[in-house]
Amino acid sequence: MPVITTQALTKRYPGVTALDGLTVDIGEGVTGLVGANGAGKSTLIKILLGLSDATAGTAQVLGHDISADAAALRRRVGYMPEHDCLPGNMSATELVVHLARMSGLPRDAARERTADTLRHVGLSEERYRPIGGYSTGMKQRVKLAQALVHDPEIVFLDEPTNGLDPAGRDEMLGLVRRIHTDFGISVLVTSHLLGELERICDDVVVIDAGVLLRSSSVADFTQASAELAVELTADADTAAEALAGAGLTVRREGRLLLATLDGDETYDRVRDVSADHGFGLVRLERRRHHIADVFEEESADVIA
Amino acid sequence: MSSPDVQGPDAAHSGVIHDIGYRGYTGPRLERRAIAVGLYTHTLRGVFGLGRSAKSKVVPFGMAAVMLLPAIVIAAVSVVGSGQGLTEPVLAYTRFAMTTQASLAIFLAVAAPNAVSLDLRFHTLPLYLSRPLERPDYVRAKLAAVATAVFLLLAVPLLVMYLGAVAAQFDAGEQTVQFLQGLVGAALFSAVLASIALVIASLTGRRGFGIAGIITVLTLTYAVVSAAQGFVAFDAENQALAGWLGLLSPMTLVDGVQVWAFGAEPSSPAGPPPGAAGAVFLAAVVLLVTACYALLVRRYRKVKV
Repeated sequence: MPVITTQALTKRYPGVTALDGLTVDIGEGVTGLVGANGAGKSTLIKILLGLSDATAGTAQVLGHDISADAAALRRRVGYMPEHDCLPGNMSATELVVHLARMSGLPRDAARERTADTLRHVGLSEERYRPIGGYSTGMKQRVKLAQALVHDPEIVFLDEPTNGLDPAGRDEMLGLVRRIHTDFGISVLVTSHLLGELERICDDVVVIDAGVLLRSSSVADFTQASAELAVELTADADTAAEALAGAGLTVRREGRLLLATLDGDETYDRVRDVSADHGFGLVRLERRRHHIADVFEEESADVIA
Repeated sequence: MSSPDVQGPDAAHSGVIHDIGYRGYTGPRLERRAIAVGLYTHTLRGVFGLGRSAKSKVVPFGMAAVMLLPAIVIAAVSVVGSGQGLTEPVLAYTRFAMTTQASLAIFLAVAAPNAVSLDLRFHTLPLYLSRPLERPDYVRAKLAAVATAVFLLLAVPLLVMYLGAVAAQFDAGEQTVQFLQGLVGAALFSAVLASIALVIASLTGRRGFGIAGIITVLTLTYAVVSAAQGFVAFDAENQALAGWLGLLSPMTLVDGVQVWAFGAEPSSPAGPPPGAAGAVFLAAVVLLVTACYALLVRRYRKVKV
């Protein structure tokens, strides 16, 4: 059952169309919303939260209509904005307790959930210090914690890895994945980096200039493009010729040979070719294409 | 199907750091009204610096002390003076706010930006507005909190004065009526001053501008209006015009209502002209507060999130 559905959702600003007749269904699990900067990702999230009104079209989140039923909807969702939004003079604990109460949790529950949530996102002693002195990574964790503290059914995470170093990115992506696998909360997460989302998402929705380019599961993307990566001790050209001679479709990528995978017999044929020619088999693995490869053909400018 | 090749190391990695089971929340969730009350108390506490650093308590409690001190002195004078024929406090309850208006202005100049400017400066509003509260709820909670703070600042000294008067065994009935009149006046002062101060503070995320703007507007208008009143009333001998001028500053405006409604003595060179003219002052108060509220709602409808 879809968690979010939109019908011909359109948002026009004077001179700019941020969303142009977007119709898409988003299911449970972790869904990535991908697009270049300015593609309309943040606009879509703000409209779904009722923070901004759509020019035309309708949408439902968790069965609530975004315009008629916005208040009920906002009780059940969490939102992590893209930009800085944390008051520097409060501690993480104070802020998250306060925001938990702003989501309707009674005082004691707010305290308890704040302690739990901050621990889940990995903030420990520093949570009592004013946020003004936090690193970007810590701030992102506080932003995530406030989106989760009231135990929503779906969270909207707008560029959660923005400004993080590679290690911080990995940790944040791990956390995002856990929001669904461990916490059971559906996630809509935006990024302009396809590679990031491919690692943690079940489904990916790609928009460009406010238009839906594609919406499908990550598995669909990666399986359709599966190839077999082969590395033999022989010179790559000789090996390629040999494999082609055995009826395989082969292309070269540096020292690697990529054979189109037609089922299990492809593995057998590679084995036979290397045995017949006396080549050593260095590598034989099924290769997953990155989603980005798929999109290169469809839209070169999606990948930032 | 998720991608197991990536999940493996990630899950293991984060699992090491925070491997504590997640618990959902199934308890009660408060309604919008109760949430707005929560924002109100949070703001009220913040205005007095409660739960904040010691530094942020200095101005609010300093001003509270500065205002409480004369009240204590007046109460003491009442008690001591009752033996020497004094029959009422040396300062009328309705004149207390006008007398201590400098402290009021300083208090407001810090309180109002504290209540709204920080949310603007740190762009915190999206965090509120993605929750059940609507924009007008936010405005009402902030306005009510600052007004309550100002009211407390006035009401507590008035109470001290009243207790002094009771201890001095002044005419209890008369004192009670005057004290209640003073409280009504204090409520009007709170509503008017808080509305004006919040409108100014909501225009800027910079606390400094808010402080400067509020002090300037509150003290400058009073200085100009009372000087003009003095000139018109005594040099030009036009009492009626001098009275009308009182409409132009928030302090003299509310004072005019007190003069009209309670027969209080004006605290500026001229009160409103006698008769129905005073009602205009009350209408102006209502209009001013309504207009400020409308401006705030309008302002917050436009804040980008």
